[in-house]
Amino acid sequence: MFLINCPYCGERDQHEFKAGGEAHIERPKQPTELSDDEWAEYLFMRKNIKGVQFERWNHAHGCRKWFNMVRDTSNDEIKLIYKMGEKPPSE
Amino acid sequence: MQKKLRVKTSEYIDETNRVSFKFNGKSYYGFKGDTLASALLANDVHLVGRSFKYHRPRGVMTAGSEEPNALVQVNDNTDRTEPNVRATEVEIYEGLEASSQNCWPNVNFDIGGVNNVISPFLPAGFYYKTFMWPASFWEKYEYFIRHSAGLGKSPRKKDPDVYDHKYIHCDVLVVGAGIAGILAAKNAAKNNLKTLLVDEKNELGGATIYENREFNKIENQSSSDWLKKEIQGLKDIENLEVKTRTSVAAYHAYNYLLARENLTDHLEKKDKQGKIRQRLLKIRAKKVILATGALERPLIFNNNDRPGIMLSSAVKKYADFYGVICGQKTVFFTNNDSAYESALCLHNRGIKVEAIIDIRDNSDSKIVKAVEDTGIKVYWSHTVVDTSGYKRLKNISVMKLSNDGMSVTGNRIEISCDCLGMSGGWTPAVHLFTQSGGKLSFDEENKVFLPSKYPSEQISIGSCNGDFKINQIIKNLSKNLKDFLKIEQTDFDNISVDIDDEKSKRNIWLLPSDKPIGKTKPFVDYQNDATAKDIKLALREGFRSIEHVKRYTTTGMGTDQGKLGNMHALGIIADTAGVKMGDLGTTTFRPPYTPLTFGTIVGRNVGEYFDIFRRTPMNDWHIQNKVEFENVGQWKRGWYYPADGESMHQAVQRESKAARESAGILDASTLGKIDIQGSDASEFLNRVYTNAWSKLAIGKCRYGLMLNEDGMVYDDGVTTRLGENHYLMTTTTGGAANVLGKLEDYLQTEWPELNVYLTSVTDHYATASVCGPNSKKILNKIIPDLDLSDESFPHMSFKEVKLNNVKCRVMRISFTGEHSYEINIQASYGKSLWEKCIEAGKEFNITPYGTEAMHLLRAEKGFIIVGQDTDGTMTPIDLQMDWIISKKKYDFIGKRSLYRSDTMREDRKQLVGLVTDDPKVVLEEGAQIVSELNQSPVEMLGHVTSSYYSPNLKKSIALAVVKGGKNMMGKKLFIPMEDKTINVSVANPVFFDEKNKRLNA
Repeated sequence: MFLINCPYCGERDQHEFKAGGEAHIERPKQPTELSDDEWAEYLFMRKNIKGVQFERWNHAHGCRKWFNMVRDTSNDEIKLIYKMGEKPPSE
Repeated sequence: MQKKLRVKTSEYIDETNRVSFKFNGKSYYGFKGDTLASALLANDVHLVGRSFKYHRPRGVMTAGSEEPNALVQVNDNTDRTEPNVRATEVEIYEGLEASSQNCWPNVNFDIGGVNNVISPFLPAGFYYKTFMWPASFWEKYEYFIRHSAGLGKSPRKKDPDVYDHKYIHCDVLVVGAGIAGILAAKNAAKNNLKTLLVDEKNELGGATIYENREFNKIENQSSSDWLKKEIQGLKDIENLEVKTRTSVAAYHAYNYLLARENLTDHLEKKDKQGKIRQRLLKIRAKKVILATGALERPLIFNNNDRPGIMLSSAVKKYADFYGVICGQKTVFFTNNDSAYESALCLHNRGIKVEAIIDIRDNSDSKIVKAVEDTGIKVYWSHTVVDTSGYKRLKNISVMKLSNDGMSVTGNRIEISCDCLGMSGGWTPAVHLFTQSGGKLSFDEENKVFLPSKYPSEQISIGSCNGDFKINQIIKNLSKNLKDFLKIEQTDFDNISVDIDDEKSKRNIWLLPSDKPIGKTKPFVDYQNDATAKDIKLALREGFRSIEHVKRYTTTGMGTDQGKLGNMHALGIIADTAGVKMGDLGTTTFRPPYTPLTFGTIVGRNVGEYFDIFRRTPMNDWHIQNKVEFENVGQWKRGWYYPADGESMHQAVQRESKAARESAGILDASTLGKIDIQGSDASEFLNRVYTNAWSKLAIGKCRYGLMLNEDGMVYDDGVTTRLGENHYLMTTTTGGAANVLGKLEDYLQTEWPELNVYLTSVTDHYATASVCGPNSKKILNKIIPDLDLSDESFPHMSFKEVKLNNVKCRVMRISFTGEHSYEINIQASYGKSLWEKCIEAGKEFNITPYGTEAMHLLRAEKGFIIVGQDTDGTMTPIDLQMDWIISKKKYDFIGKRSLYRSDTMREDRKQLVGLVTDDPKVVLEEGAQIVSELNQSPVEMLGHVTSSYYSPNLKKSIALAVVKGGKNMMGKKLFIPMEDKTINVSVANPVFFDEKNKRLNA
């Protein structure tokens, strides 16, 4: 069970949160212009990295806010948490 | 006359307090402070159980939680019975009854013992190899295998005890209260850190507290005397909480640990009543200090499992701590100095030590000299090659080891003895460390795996970190503790410690015998009867990964998880395969460290608290009117209301008929309700539903279908425009929370520019849905002021009204196809609204109907239920609901997916109606549909999703999904059942009132 530092509420137990998959996959602005393959890329393709991964998390049983998390999936170390809309760190 | 086996007065045993107990039906007594194991040994009972596979007689081997053999069933045939309990951990109490497991008819004469005789035919993988063929025989094999599997008996009666869960937050958690743990906890607490110290035993002090090593001195006192004073001092320390009988089961990420605190297992029955039996502690610690100690290793030699063969440290603990000797003639067998401590301890109590067998060439430590000075014969460079004695050790055979340790030479020396204390060195208990994600490294010199890389704020101290000597423990602890806790000093920085240094080492994982290995039984895993022979066989058969060898031979898979023998298994594999142990690695250490009861895991969540129930404000009325409930998500929904003597079918038929013929009333409070406000609310709805919302007038309602981005139907419901920027969305009962979550997700992450706010109001409103041709008259009686004319209040519109000064929202919407109203009122008035409706409807025979009749009524109309007629693979087009997809909107969730090649396939499963040739035959939901009967393999076209007998149409109706069903109108299909084939034809899914005339009736 991780301790997750919700950017709005502070540190809480993991059971208050829901994982929401890979972060920074933007919904295409003009889906109708996309080919089947391009749309499938957005719809289905997700990375599953052993190592540092960018993820979306939701404080589902708290403030209900979504935020981003950088987590090392090999040891569950949470490296960074930042709000939705903020740019991912380059390093 | 009984032999005198209680030889010493121990401060841990209260000899004034006799405790009587039964073992295998026979009465014995021990003293308060005894474990079942020590009390049995004091009564000269060594034969405690039978082994799992060969049913070999087994006795107590250890004095702790690592015990593989002495597993007992406690209090059999009572409501508190528990299987596989380690006799070494059971504290005896008046009235305790324990019995042997895995033997029939009894532990002294066990029919299963025949397995021992035929053991050459039961090699590793016996079951895998034997029961593979013929495949059709599996059912017969399974019966036999299940019968012979398992050790104890699981409880059959309801557990009378209460279990609890508790959260604990602390600065420092110290696991293990041996000398290292006690010093660490004391110094942490003294530095203002909130500290919790836990230990699985009932007494603090670990091994040091009784194990007075002859030449170990702290501050010129015996180490146990010194430690006792430290323990005395713990009471007065603020910030320090100590929990005994508390075993840490699991160590998860972020220093989250689960521990089981045992509160009543040591009490007699009358004192157990009304107390919490066990408590699961959920501990979140800023820092964790593991002081879990080390486990003594057995030695792996031929027939090393007989009752009377024990760990050397256990022999010592039974003598020193419990005052019990384990035999009259004891021999020790060792590869290190610690067995000499045990030998000297017995000798000093006047107990005869026949000999010490040492596989080393020599040792010049003081303790060895002291033992040799007593005249005890030491056989250097010798090994035990065999043992005899069926139910109790009688004799051992000893031979000289060759220089390389691979074989034996010379003649057999026979030594008569009834107890053999063996010591193969010590294994640091790194279980919790590795559970937490820590990485081990192998110390080649000492042949131990040690913590190397810490994954979180933790350290391992004492012997679990490879510090086996007291001076080492104290010196390293002083330094490491200061670094770890960031403190200036400890109160033991400068204490003087004298020790006796062990210099000579020799390790042989599998000791040779004069017999070929095929004829020997060197047990590695005692509980699962896995021998070195089995491990070697697995390697010969091509298994290489340690994880595979483990599963094939079942080594380390018992309830003790191989605490004793796993290292030897690794060593034997490494030696046989010619790889280094460090490269081979270990099997995964998984929680729990020692078994947990189910009661501890579930805590209070049993019986009526097993799951959360949500009940509507009308719940009491439903119960008074003899409702049968249906679980829908967490909700208790009225399913049907049987009148006297009515079956479910009869009730549902009656309710469905009444709703169409006069009036019905449904509790619809469970539908999800989301209040949507904001200047972009209309635009938001446009994006989340497939149809258009901008032009919906204030006061009007509209049905909407919500898709996933993959184009599949996700939820549906009616949304009402309450104001310019204000909507009330309803969702399915089961989907409410997920829909809100999904909408929030889009709002926050994809469309943050939209000014929209979502609030769940499901619990805030109660909803009564009144339907049927007389619904208008009933509503008129309740709310006379409301103009119910079609002009003023048409279908799919909304009015806000007052009912006795309480604001209500009335929607004229219908899920049954009848003229119908949904009245929403503040939840606290829900029951009174409902009773008003019932009262007003009396003259029209208003009939409460449940979810089953509701399903039937909507099926007559061909209305779908998301989750029943859809399963996450149905698009609106598959549902023949093309009309609900806006052609004008540029985008909505899932739109693009409706034009993917796969979703446009003509042969997708599509929703159709089915009617049976025989109108009385009702189909089974889930039944498969085919078009050919004599095809092999037969093609499954689809399945029945909803099926009912319609009382209003007087025939059987069904909805189904069928491949290409859209173009099959009228086609004959077949539904093959176990005993018959049902002929059906594809039909329009709208079976009743196709023109919707009744909505305005």
